Amino acid sequence: MSSQVKQCKCRKETEQEKYERIGRIVDEYKDREGSLIQILHAAQGIYGYLPVELQKFIADKLGKPLSEVYGVVSFYSFFSTKPRGKYTIRVCLGTACYVRGGKKIVEKLQEILGIGIGDTTDDGMFTLEVMRCIGACGLAPAMMINDTVYKQVNPDKLQSILEGLR
Amino acid sequence: MEIYRAHVLVCTGTGCTSSNSGKILEEFEEHLKKNNLENEVKIVKTGCFGLCAEGPIVVVYPEGAMYTMVRPEDVKEIVEEHLLKGRIVKRLLAGDKEQETISKSLDNVEFFKKQKRIALRNCGVINPENIDEYIAFDGYKALAKVLTEMTPQEVIDTIKKSGLRGRGGGGFPTGLKWEFASKSKDDQKYVCCNADEGDPGAFMDRSILEGDPHSVLEAMAIAGYAIGANQGYIYVRAEYPIAVRRLNIAIEQARNYGLLGRNIFGTGFDFDIELRLGAGAFVCGEETALMTSIEGKRGEPRPRPPFPAVKGLWQKPTILNNVETFANIPVIINKGPEWFASIGTEKSKGTKVFAIGGKINNTGLVEIPMGTTLREVVYDIGGGIPNGKKFKAAQTGGPSGGCIPASHIDTPIDYDSLIELGSMMGSGGLIVMDEDTCMVDIAKFFLEFTVDESCGKCPPCRIGTKRMLEILERITGGKGEEDDIEKLEVLAKNIKASALCGLGQTAPNPVLSTLRYFRDEYEAHVRDKKCPAGVCKAMVNYVIHAELCKSCGICARNCPVGAIKGERKVPYVIDDEKCIRCGVCMEKCPFKAIFKNA
Ligand SMILES: Cc1cc2nc3c(=O)[nH]c(=O)nc-3n(C[C@H](O)[C@H](O)[C@H](O)COP(=O)(O)O)c2cc1C
Ligand code: FES
Repeated sequence: MSSQVKQCKCRKETEQEKYERIGRIVDEYKDREGSLIQILHAAQGIYGYLPVELQKFIADKLGKPLSEVYGVVSFYSFFSTKPRGKYTIRVCLGTACYVRGGKKIVEKLQEILGIGIGDTTDDGMFTLEVMRCIGACGLAPAMMINDTVYKQVNPDKLQSILEGLR
Repeated sequence: MEIYRAHVLVCTGTGCTSSNSGKILEEFEEHLKKNNLENEVKIVKTGCFGLCAEGPIVVVYPEGAMYTMVRPEDVKEIVEEHLLKGRIVKRLLAGDKEQETISKSLDNVEFFKKQKRIALRNCGVINPENIDEYIAFDGYKALAKVLTEMTPQEVIDTIKKSGLRGRGGGGFPTGLKWEFASKSKDDQKYVCCNADEGDPGAFMDRSILEGDPHSVLEAMAIAGYAIGANQGYIYVRAEYPIAVRRLNIAIEQARNYGLLGRNIFGTGFDFDIELRLGAGAFVCGEETALMTSIEGKRGEPRPRPPFPAVKGLWQKPTILNNVETFANIPVIINKGPEWFASIGTEKSKGTKVFAIGGKINNTGLVEIPMGTTLREVVYDIGGGIPNGKKFKAAQTGGPSGGCIPASHIDTPIDYDSLIELGSMMGSGGLIVMDEDTCMVDIAKFFLEFTVDESCGKCPPCRIGTKRMLEILERITGGKGEEDDIEKLEVLAKNIKASALCGLGQTAPNPVLSTLRYFRDEYEAHVRDKKCPAGVCKAMVNYVIHAELCKSCGICARNCPVGAIKGERKVPYVIDDEKCIRCGVCMEKCPFKAIFKNA
């Protein structure tokens, strides 16, 4: 499994460096029509989430009103305005997974983590989300932890899966 | 090019990756090296074979032996027995393990027998990250033929003649769509690919992008030539990281080979492709919303007309096709429209890929000729229903579709027969349900989905679907009222007639379709306050059978809310007030002494 968890060994980027890096990306995309969503993807990738200050920063650099940026951020469920945990757990509740008991996985995770859907644990480790189909329907019920897909998840094994990540 | 005497194909699609195929790859590399076989046997990382539930999957050529559920510790045996000594490892073979000789094992597996792979032709066969393998399998040959031998109108005529219809849902004739766009006069036009795959329960587009990305790129360039566009966009879900990565690799390789970019094949034709990532909004699969989203805005749909073929992306003439639609194009050009039109039914030509899931033994991707019956899909290819349960219905078309009940299991599947049954083809999700599935609960599930995903622009969809969901929640919560079923029907008709886009217009379908075939289940919920399938929690309770109970206490220890009490030698009892109806006790009881009352 070690190959699946890639961790950056480099020193932690400071707040300012993150902003600078996002700024460079905005400059690069600026003149390409319709690239706001791509910029937001990149910014969320770097900063982890999209707080209002960061949205303002992006809006100013693009010369757009904040309302336009905020409008886009709030429309798409992939963008988050709250900090996320180190691991985002996305449980699939698409049709195939629903029929095969995806709901039980959500309930069990809520119980183990003690948080609701969309929330993050106090220690900043886990964010719990549900999504509709991750394209692994043949292996239902499925969930994703960051970019790794877990197949045929057994609610009884969740505890040990999470332990493995801590 | 080096010559290898054997090839080992390891699936690296999303399914098998989650079944740890990465480790299998490493093991192969190690054991081939150990046995000095690395110059004789080539390892190929492929896309999805379709049989995800049996993964990880390894196929060894030239024998074509298909090994399923391979564990890392099995690799040593495959290398030492099969690759070194030429003895196939029978215990790992898919399907009929008794078979003495397996010449073409893939065809021996029941799962593949009735399939015909056109759109999936290369999935599981080539390494998607290597353009040379795609080219070796006739890749970019169709583009060369189109650019050097055909006029744009001839391309359009070929597609029209093939009878290909859109695989993304609506089934609109592809050739006709291209013709409309080609007739629009403008200096700038666009070709877009819909890889948003919103139907929860479908993953064929993902598998094509992961297993054969070049076929989509090639087809988009062909479409560009046909309508006079030189820029393409692929709108792909951010939830598909492997697909995104392989698309990026493929675009880069095609540019390096001069198959994308300026002056392709020296013909003066320019065409390039950019990726745009979706961001988790189902409505963006709808064509006008998708284009608004590519423009970087909130993905709200626009009224039609004007149609995209006239005014689409950035108000320019645009065509949008689905991934699977595109994947068929190069084959149609290479093999001819007559060949394609000879497959399928009168009005639905070719094949369709279905993602079969739910209560069925072989879950996975299958590509079947149009006109195959649902029975063949469920029993021959799908291997029937697990645990000897009874088939109840199959759901197609996702949140826009409906269900096909057991009484229609012999219907040949094509666009028109599904519409007639009150469902639709959709993008190809096919979810099988057995006797334990509550149809009212399923209708509620889809309504929850549409309420979540409604973009909020038009009131019939925003408010109407919410009202429908409230009624369904009431019914499944055991509080249904006498006229609720009629109310649902009236609301459904009004929403269908007045919503702005396809999302709202089709949202009531799952309710209408379950009402059509399973009205008695709705009535049981409303009148008798009973859920016949025993799913709706408000209407079931659990009891411990006093004579069967051995007072072991396992149920009480596993009950998450402490609702079970008892002591040694006395049968345990469930406190119905406290019970949250999770069913854990019933699962855990070693003596099968706990029952569910529906
Ligand atoms: C709410 C909604 C969601 C849709 N989602 C998808 C989708 O995820 N993928 C897709 O290919 N088509 C989807 N469609 C259909 C597209 O609007 C469009 O018809 C299709 O992409 C055209 O390509 P085709 O002619 O090749 O099928 C959706 C339509 C609606 C109304
Ligand atoms: S429904 Fe869960 S992966 Fe598709």
